[in-house]
Amino acid sequence: MGFAGAADAGETIVISSDEDVVRVRQLTRTVAVRVKLSLVDQTKLVTAASELARNTLVYGGGGSAEVTVVDSGRRRGVRIVFSDQGPGIADLDLALTDGWTSGGGLGLGLSGSRRLVDEFDIQTVVGEGTRITVTKWSR
Amino acid sequence: MALSTEASSRLAAQLDEHQDKISELWVRQVAATLRGRLSQGELDRQIRELFRALRETLAAGTTQLQGDGGEVRALLTELSRARALQGFTSTETAISIFAVKEAFATATDVFNAESQAMGDYISFGSFIDELGLFTFATYAQAREEVIADQAEQLLELATPVVKLWDGVVAVPLVGTLDSARAQVVMERLLQTLVDTGSPYAIIDITGVPAVDTQVAQHVLKTVVAARLMGAECIISGIRPQIAQTIVALGIEFGDIATKATLADALRHALRRSGNSDLVRRGAARREH
Repeated sequence: MGFAGAADAGETIVISSDEDVVRVRQLTRTVAVRVKLSLVDQTKLVTAASELARNTLVYGGGGSAEVTVVDSGRRRGVRIVFSDQGPGIADLDLALTDGWTSGGGLGLGLSGSRRLVDEFDIQTVVGEGTRITVTKWSR
Repeated sequence: MALSTEASSRLAAQLDEHQDKISELWVRQVAATLRGRLSQGELDRQIRELFRALRETLAAGTTQLQGDGGEVRALLTELSRARALQGFTSTETAISIFAVKEAFATATDVFNAESQAMGDYISFGSFIDELGLFTFATYAQAREEVIADQAEQLLELATPVVKLWDGVVAVPLVGTLDSARAQVVMERLLQTLVDTGSPYAIIDITGVPAVDTQVAQHVLKTVVAARLMGAECIISGIRPQIAQTIVALGIEFGDIATKATLADALRHALRRSGNSDLVRRGAARREH
């Protein structure tokens, strides 16, 4: 993958219920505090993690989230990889459009999350699953 | 009756000799109870690791889980946690371990080679295992019911609707706002609006650590429902980091009044309701 920076071993949470979404959020906050993200950046990352973890649960039928500390040499950051073996996303452009939803949500989870983080990468194959990698760097 | 060191090394030798057969039978029996809810690769890996750890433990002459059986214990902990998180029952989890007994007996041909009493005893053992698993599953279920009851009670405790002023009620939200809680909050708020005849409701989100689209959606629905009943809602407790996150996320609160603090929201409500003398009086009291 085209991300810069070394990463140490991350912590993985299996996402199979609403409580797991909360656990992903808590872990993300803990790690974000550890790498000294500002309060605004912490909140943004935690919110993005919450959205993406819920997408993994609701649309991907469950999956996992791996939270790692990354270091580019110049600054540190938090990277989270969400993966599921769900149905995948058929029309990625549409899914990333503000206000569009295939479920009953506001349609801002995926597109909004992209704006909350510094790096956003999405790999999806219809019928095989989706893998979303987000990174937030400290300033 | 604990295993003697001699017996454990004999067993380790047996495990070595029948390694492939035992692993295969073990995996097959566990797979049958899990009914395809765990991938074959994952299961193969787990059983392979367990088998290796079990063999090494026996070969080392360790016959107790507490103490030297550290690696087996770590593997079992990992396996149990993973199964619990994946939603397997305690019985299904324990069978992953118990299954090795039958696999071992079948692979080493104990039934034929030894006396009838031996075969009977092994069958008796698996029957007793089943009884034990049943008591354990029932026990765990009872415990879970207690926890579920407590969670429900907590849900109700954590969502009070308080009367702030004549005609103004407030809901201070604290913690995670999931669908179940959002439902309770909405019901409570709407009922309180009717009971107190209040035209104003303040939803305070100071205690909500992250406002994502789901939380926003729940709050918006509550506001719309309150409006249908003729009440005006004000959202308060929007901290700077939450405001920036909401903007980046693209959530719009439309024409709903939002305030930074609960005090601002109360002042807004009082001003709107024409109770401006009350506001003035409150302000005058503060200045003295």
